[in-house]
Amino acid sequence: MEGQSVEELLAKAERDEAEKLQRITVHKELELEFDLGNLLASDRNPPTGLRHAGPTQEAELRALARDNTQLLINQLWQLPTDRVEEALVARLPEPTTRLPREKPVPRPRPLTRWQQFARLKGIRPKKKTNLVWDEGSGQWRRRWGYQRARDDTKEWLIEVPGNADPMEDQFAKRIQAKKERVAKNELNRLRNLARAHKRQLPSAAGLHPTGHQSKEELGRAVQVAKVSTASVGRFQERLPKEKAPRVSGKKRKFQPLFGDFAAEKKSQLEMLRIMNSKKPQLDVTRATNKQMREEDQEEAAKRRKMSQKGKRKGGRQGPGGKRKGGPPSQGGTRKGGPPSQGGTRKGGPPSQGGKRKGGLGGKMNSGRPGLSGKRKGGQHQGGKRRK
Amino acid sequence: MRPLTEEETRVMFEKIAKYIGENLQLLVDRPDGTYCFRLHNERVYYVSEKILKLAANISGDKLVSLGTCFGKFTKTHRFRLHITALDYLAPYAKYKVWIKPGAEQSFLYGNHVLKSGLGRITENTSQYQGVVVYSMADIPLVGSHSIIKTTRTLCSFKT
Repeated sequence: MEGQSVEELLAKAERDEAEKLQRITVHKELELEFDLGNLLASDRNPPTGLRHAGPTQEAELRALARDNTQLLINQLWQLPTDRVEEALVARLPEPTTRLPREKPVPRPRPLTRWQQFARLKGIRPKKKTNLVWDEGSGQWRRRWGYQRARDDTKEWLIEVPGNADPMEDQFAKRIQAKKERVAKNELNRLRNLARAHKRQLPSAAGLHPTGHQSKEELGRAVQVAKVSTASVGRFQERLPKEKAPRVSGKKRKFQPLFGDFAAEKKSQLEMLRIMNSKKPQLDVTRATNKQMREEDQEEAAKRRKMSQKGKRKGGRQGPGGKRKGGPPSQGGTRKGGPPSQGGTRKGGPPSQGGKRKGGLGGKMNSGRPGLSGKRKGGQHQGGKRRK
Repeated sequence: MRPLTEEETRVMFEKIAKYIGENLQLLVDRPDGTYCFRLHNERVYYVSEKILKLAANISGDKLVSLGTCFGKFTKTHRFRLHITALDYLAPYAKYKVWIKPGAEQSFLYGNHVLKSGLGRITENTSQYQGVVVYSMADIPLVGSHSIIKTTRTLCSFKT
């Protein structure tokens, strides 16, 4: 029994051994191509078992994947190894496969102003030496940078030029000039960048007070000044009727649902009052139409009088007379004139309001004593006869 | 649901004022109760304070409507008046147009009203004025439109 079991064990061990070997060694007709730098294994063998696609190919695909992975791992085990912090690491060689671009090709930048100019003039960059002989120190110094050959800033004596003010500080002037040059350079660089990205530089147009600024510039300057505080303009005082600035964050803030009803009513009435006050009291069109209407009626009445003169002896004024309602008193001066405050016109005799040409029987505007009522969206076409 | 902002209130008032003019303040300031405008899902509702307090207990997504819908704000923030506002606009309308029974049906189906269909008209109605249209029985019809010709020209042609 024991012998049998020992034999069995040995046999089993042998079988396991064979299986392992089988597992490890994979037989392929064509050798795989390895790019160990990218951990890539390319299998050129024709996939004979995979001709017919279907759900049963799963097992075969899996077997193929296992085999190829095994071969790749075998290759990895043959690489030279390192020991990095208790881990055994294989040193991968350089990748041989060239991967395609991740991002698209960068488009060519537009030339800077200098480059355009140089191209135009045919100026080529002159090759300059890095080191220059410095007389003062008697050694070769670099052209620019730390301990450069000609250093303006290290001079202890500056001669005052003939035409300059003797009280001027030449050192400060030099420093100032350098700052200006640096700033100009920076500005040009930013301009070139903006041109390259087709964007506008944030202009400081209105921010330096000159006294000749436009309204927009001043507005912008005010906005910028408001926001240029430590709290980015959050606690700045506002003028009495100035609106709160628009919240630039994502969430809008609204009034609460049950706010103060009285206050809401008040603000709405105030808004209505302003809306009504903005409309002109006198509507030029209506005034001129009215004027023309009066004139028409006058003429009609005159004509009727003429025709009736033959019939009646006494100059009995027919119904046309009543309709006249007096000479056009203030209307005469109003024709086509600019719309002024309607106070003078509204106080006219109420009978003028009731004049109508034909008996239309339309509903009279009850609560309106005046003539030209308030017009919504007044159209200021003075003097045009409306048919 | 929220109150209207300044801008929205202004736009809405301008639209409503085309039809009822300064009588709008009678809508805002009523003697018989506090009524207010509230915005819910881009629609403006005219609702009394009492109903508003009750409606506040309903969650926004379940709330369909409250009070009277006056109109809605479109995507570009213009205000469109709805017919449900007619009950409130009609009594305060400044310029009214009465149309004859024959033209009434035609008008309700969307056609224009011709001079022949016009019964009465408020005097001094100017061109392109917003009006409320009534039937001869003084029922406001669904339609507050603007008129094309002034009262003067209309009555000069009338017999």
